[in-house]
Amino acid sequence: MNPRVAITGVGIISSIGNSVEANLSALLNKRPGISRVQNFATTQKDSIWVGEVKLTNAELVDMLGLPHSNNFTRTALLGCYAAKQAVQSAGITLPNDYRTGIISSTSVGGMDYTERYFYRYLDDLSVQPYITSHDAGDSSHKIADYLGIKGFVSTISTACSSAANAIMMGARLVQAGRVDRIIVGGTDALSKFTINGFKTLMILSDEFCKPFDNNRKGLNLGEAAAYLVLESEQVVKKEKKQVLAYLSGYGNANDAFHQTASSDNGEGAYLAMRKALEVAGLSPDEIGYINVHGTATPNNDLSEGRALQRAFGDSVPLFSSTKAFTGHTLAAAAAIEAVYSILSIRNEVVFPNLNFDTPMSEINLVPQTELVYRPIKHVLSNSFGFGGNCSTLIFSQA
Amino acid sequence: MVELKEELKGKIIEVLNLEDVTVGDIQDGDALFGDGLGLDSIDALELIVLLDKEYGIKLSDPKQGKAIFKSIETMAAYISENRTK
Amino acid sequence: MTPQGIWRPSFFEEAVPIDSPITAAIQPSYKALIPPALIRRMSRGIKMGIFAAQQALDEAGVSTPEAIIVGTGLGCSEDSEKFLRTILDNDEQFLTPTSFIQSTHNTVAAQIALRLACQGYNFTYVNRSVSFESGMLDAMLQIHSGEVANVLVGGVDEISDHTYSLLQRIGYIKPDGVNESIKTSQTQGVNYAEGATFFLLSGERTAESYAELVDVHIINSVGEDEITATISGFLQGNGLTSHDIDIAILGINGDKAFDSYYFPVQEQLTNADVLYYKHLIGQYDSCSAFAPAVAATVAKHGAAQPILRWQGRPQRPVKNILLYNQYRGKDHSLLLVRTC
Repeated sequence: MNPRVAITGVGIISSIGNSVEANLSALLNKRPGISRVQNFATTQKDSIWVGEVKLTNAELVDMLGLPHSNNFTRTALLGCYAAKQAVQSAGITLPNDYRTGIISSTSVGGMDYTERYFYRYLDDLSVQPYITSHDAGDSSHKIADYLGIKGFVSTISTACSSAANAIMMGARLVQAGRVDRIIVGGTDALSKFTINGFKTLMILSDEFCKPFDNNRKGLNLGEAAAYLVLESEQVVKKEKKQVLAYLSGYGNANDAFHQTASSDNGEGAYLAMRKALEVAGLSPDEIGYINVHGTATPNNDLSEGRALQRAFGDSVPLFSSTKAFTGHTLAAAAAIEAVYSILSIRNEVVFPNLNFDTPMSEINLVPQTELVYRPIKHVLSNSFGFGGNCSTLIFSQA
Repeated sequence: MVELKEELKGKIIEVLNLEDVTVGDIQDGDALFGDGLGLDSIDALELIVLLDKEYGIKLSDPKQGKAIFKSIETMAAYISENRTK
Repeated sequence: MTPQGIWRPSFFEEAVPIDSPITAAIQPSYKALIPPALIRRMSRGIKMGIFAAQQALDEAGVSTPEAIIVGTGLGCSEDSEKFLRTILDNDEQFLTPTSFIQSTHNTVAAQIALRLACQGYNFTYVNRSVSFESGMLDAMLQIHSGEVANVLVGGVDEISDHTYSLLQRIGYIKPDGVNESIKTSQTQGVNYAEGATFFLLSGERTAESYAELVDVHIINSVGEDEITATISGFLQGNGLTSHDIDIAILGINGDKAFDSYYFPVQEQLTNADVLYYKHLIGQYDSCSAFAPAVAATVAKHGAAQPILRWQGRPQRPVKNILLYNQYRGKDHSLLLVRTC
């Protein structure tokens, strides 16, 4: 059996709050963070709803104490903000003698600035410092530098499952004894690029998204960042750390069906869930809550629903999608939902699936629509992405 | 109508980057999807944009495309009835 | 897939050092490998990735790997640019999905999986010059832990006009008109290129095996004065000293500002025949994926081809090969390869 991986710190910024406490409060009070786009101009602004963090880049720069002349993209700013919280919440001061790494993830990277200056970059010296902020690795480097991490730094980009995979690789490195501690998660800012991209696929809803509802019309995009601090059992013992929860299982599989769409029977999702249960050494009936991927696109929810039925048979545990609160935050989604999974265990509560009215005609599955308090030992969290990428994480009570 | 059909064939080849296909290869009644020309769901989305850009027709539900994009015949008929440019 | 053409037995005999700021990889015909219905949508990066991946699988005699891991610095840059241009040029109107779909960083890994119907583990690392090495580390850990028997691992990056011209604008790429090879370089910046290199890693030694990947180490930030200590620590962890390295394959790329990282390493590895390779394949984020191919060839043949030699040292029987790469003083990687 693999050595357990302790989670000792969490940090988050999303459209429902700039701290773990604020996110919990919004979830408990059924307060979604879905609005119109305010931070940048887009011709789509009246036709879509988004989960936007209501802080400007300048405000974030000040909150982080960065110099006004910098080349931080919004993705990097959100990432630094959440990662710093996570490190503080784990009671860590950096640098220190422990081998500490970071694996971040992003899908848009620095696209928010690239789309602003794409042509101007060629001859406007004042904006050229942002040229090197474009690639996906940039935000991870910025976060590592901001926190003072010099060792293992890497980045994963597997579309909407990215952060789950960052968490997975982090666990692997801790288990193999390659690092003592690792900060794992993801960050993605809203951009015209992603808004228009999802629009071309015709999977953006012009209403508040309705995960798992028969009349769901598509997703709401969002922006967020969240990070977990993973530590080895040895460090936890030596430092007498409080453990928030354990990462007990993980699985990744590929649907190998279509570049963007999920297969009808949710094969990849089913395989990922089965692998994660196997790694955790748990039987399906030991899962107390499932935080589903639940994007509210017609394709995802049906495919995921079928995969749930295959993995759990007639007794699918209580499940909900929290994307009606936050929007779909792409690469960050699995990280913010990891935080919600941990909150679910620690507060013994299942968060509601908002905006649900009518069960899907194809399958008999109803998400949890009201808050329900009950002891939760294990939470399973799903995240799926383009390219058939399917990831499942399991979090367990400390 | 004949002209529109020929125009459509050319545009489809261009937009979908069908390298080895010529206008003469596509018959008016041929199925565009599945066994015919072999187009898929991503192509359907491309064709929706083609309708909007070239003929001023907006489809809001991708499912509508299924009947319209059956063949060059059905596509041309729909366009001539609904075009705004 | 390289500016010297595809991987082949006569690769190093036929190779000619590149001396242009930007060099494209020579493209083979993809028709036999990829059906026309699919190829019409694919950018060079996707096609190169599929081609190199298939070549590695063919050499290994494996039809479907248990896991697929790809490293790429800029991902599917050509499609990203294409989609972005349409957004900017048409004021967010008349956008089509194909280039957006293909712009996702994990497109290459996904398309390989789709083509092989491989439902196993599928990861894409995107961390500049350790993108590929992150994948190697991941693959090695999974093979060591027994989770999988084999993994297809590769690195791929493609030229995209605007992105490369911007890198040229800020001096990362040598300016047009400068025609220096790595050996003759007197200036900062490097010769850029594109390519794809894939490997099949397996837990078992087979008749096809080139060499053994012993260890991988990745470190984000290390000073020029600390690099030899870092290498000593890495070697010590593997029961070796700096005198045990027979071949060193260094990521020297002709950037006068950063090649100095490699100088103390050459002094440190007293017995190593020092090789370089970026003069043949150019610099790009995942270019260091080519270094294990050099190591594998040297391990198999017992000696390095003359075109690879940086510093003439007496050659000795090859056992331990150390690979060291960094880019602009960041994202350092060490790989230890052994003959098997």
